[in-house]
Amino acid sequence: MKHCGEKLGQHLLGIAGLSKEQIAYYLDTAETFLEVGTRSVKKVPTLRGKTIVNMFLEDSTRTRTSFEIAGKRLSADTVNISSKGSSMNKGETLIDTAVTLQCMQPDAVVMRHASSGSPHLLASYLTDTAIINAGDGLHEHPTQALLDALTVRKALGRLNDLVVTFVGDAYRSRVFRSDKILLETLGSKVRLIAPPTIAKNEFKDLGVEVFFDMESGLKGSDVVVSLRMKHEYLNDCFVPSLSEYSRRFCITENLLAKYCPDCIVLAPGPFVRGTEISSEVIDGNRSFYTDQVAHGVAVRMAVLYLHTIGKEVSYEV
Amino acid sequence: MRCKKLFIQGARVVDPSANIDGEFDVLIEDGFIKAVGQQCVFDKRTDINTINASGKILVPGLCDIHTHLREPGFEWKETIQSGCETAISGGFTSLVCMPNTNPIIDNAQVVKFILDKGYEQNLCEIFPLGSISLGELGEQMSPMLELKEAGCVGFSDDGKPVMSALLLRKAMEYSLMLETTLALHEEDKELSNCGSMHEGLHSLKLGLKGIPGAAEDAIIARDIEIARLTGARVHICHLSSKRSVQLVKRAKEDGIKVTAEVTPHNLSFIDSDIGWFNTAFKMNPPLRSIEDREALLEGLVSGIIDCVASDHAPHDSDSKNKEFDQASFGVIGLQTTLPVMMELVRQKHITLKRAIAALTCDARKVFNLPSVKIVAGAKANLTLIDPHLNFTLNDYSNRSKSCNSPFWERSFQGSACLTIVNGQIAFEAAGEVEPQVANYR
Repeated sequence: MKHCGEKLGQHLLGIAGLSKEQIAYYLDTAETFLEVGTRSVKKVPTLRGKTIVNMFLEDSTRTRTSFEIAGKRLSADTVNISSKGSSMNKGETLIDTAVTLQCMQPDAVVMRHASSGSPHLLASYLTDTAIINAGDGLHEHPTQALLDALTVRKALGRLNDLVVTFVGDAYRSRVFRSDKILLETLGSKVRLIAPPTIAKNEFKDLGVEVFFDMESGLKGSDVVVSLRMKHEYLNDCFVPSLSEYSRRFCITENLLAKYCPDCIVLAPGPFVRGTEISSEVIDGNRSFYTDQVAHGVAVRMAVLYLHTIGKEVSYEV
Repeated sequence: MRCKKLFIQGARVVDPSANIDGEFDVLIEDGFIKAVGQQCVFDKRTDINTINASGKILVPGLCDIHTHLREPGFEWKETIQSGCETAISGGFTSLVCMPNTNPIIDNAQVVKFILDKGYEQNLCEIFPLGSISLGELGEQMSPMLELKEAGCVGFSDDGKPVMSALLLRKAMEYSLMLETTLALHEEDKELSNCGSMHEGLHSLKLGLKGIPGAAEDAIIARDIEIARLTGARVHICHLSSKRSVQLVKRAKEDGIKVTAEVTPHNLSFIDSDIGWFNTAFKMNPPLRSIEDREALLEGLVSGIIDCVASDHAPHDSDSKNKEFDQASFGVIGLQTTLPVMMELVRQKHITLKRAIAALTCDARKVFNLPSVKIVAGAKANLTLIDPHLNFTLNDYSNRSKSCNSPFWERSFQGSACLTIVNGQIAFEAAGEVEPQVANYR
């Protein structure tokens, strides 16, 4: 494999600002790592002697596990930090925690935080360490966008000229924001189907086609993405109840077969069967959510590699 | 050494309240303006400090009706001393300070503490506001009579809205007896829903929760109706949206006793200026859209918005240098308010006369503060503006204890070069003469 010549930045803070070529570089590198997961000994020595800190200051299962496995498969030493039991609980600021960590000379800090922009804040302090954004508030989740892109590219053979339709809570979805920027950068169209409490007018200004009903929104879609309906806090409820939401917005095989029979379906977050998406769809042929999880590890291996030693040596697979 | 007499020669004197605009000499003696005229005659043998002010603009001392001095309670952010020093170097000779200190200005002791401290500093006049509700908790009225007698010139729960319409109605009715003004921070907390910037395209992009313009507009509409009901005098603090300007216009047309202010930052920036999560641009109300900004400027020019107020809100770097949604709201502004206005004048967005009125007489009228005029016999509180003086707010020029400014390191042309309080030079821009601090009482 050859370098694309397009330099990557020190950090991966978001999809915003990445070029077509840079995105392709991540995806090409990830594809070469896919094979490692199929081996009986799932380990390559690529990042031996490198230290990766997984700083997850917000609850996460799949992303954290995925990053940890990715690091371990590359033989890096990985350390996990959560807000519970860390000094952040004792009143230490994010900046101080991160600067303290940097003094232990990790090669990368993978960071999940509930505040939008927190990795950007740290980027001006961590000058010797790569920051990998693993989700910041409602803002971005770049590795998720890359793994979604890899999944679509492998399934449909391209990432341009697609109609990608998101269904659900895009307002509070960093996955949506990152996916949307990536798809637009690569020349695809983004749609949103959601109730108007979520699909506010600003989405149109953002260049997203907005629909309040499944029929017109699904028509002609190449990819349908189910977004999680967060329903934890009463104050932030966008629908009267999840059961009412599912009356109109549940992704069912009937709807897909009728309006976009050839589409594939992605489900990035934890999904609720029967509410956001029917079991028939999630377990059916058009569903790629298991591939997404597998691709997630490869994408994160690529990101960790490219942001640590990838810039130093040319890696031939 | 202090001179008893001060002679300001050849300045363009602009006093909108006295309808003066022309080249005059001003003679100051014993803290008062002795004479204003062309070619003043005086006894040259006496000890007199003559200031050649040709090309400069002499205006009544500026008045900021929205300052957070932070003392008592938050002395690491600002003190009465540092706040007053900041004010005079920005050309202000009077300040109205907000009651959200710790303790809150809701009893006579705190008022006395602030007035005594101000007296000790001897820098500029301080007029405190008392809180509308006890402890700014929005539950029961503060002792407004006691506060007024102690020296409060008006009332406000600034930083927070008075969410209870009933409490506000009672406070408005009670204020009639005290012939005072209630200054209202207008924000429907439920609509703003813990947002940290203007709700719009940019907040959507950044993934930050938004504060819609309607959070301000809805509560202004409510409060105008309560003012209509009660006949009270209300002042709407820091307008930020286009709709709010329209609401105030309508209320004024209806004869409701309402005044309004706008901040220099809302006149200068819009939401996208936040860039990548720059907390120096985080304040409440937030920077809004370009249409909002234009409407605010139009409102100020036409007089729908009476005055400009800095909303000087110092915060230490620890409260600002953090995650955007967790950082404190507020920016400092006492030293950049006049430069911003002079820039708007130079760009011909606003006339000099209107800009000066918005910083002097029209601001003082809001709380019925003693008027300051450039006429013989008046108290000599004056600001000399050099329209060509370069000013940049940075570590060297900043007088505040905090540096949370969106104008940090931005260079301006036009700033105060001399601030005179009670006939004495309280501030002089670094130049030939070292700045000296007046002992004005």
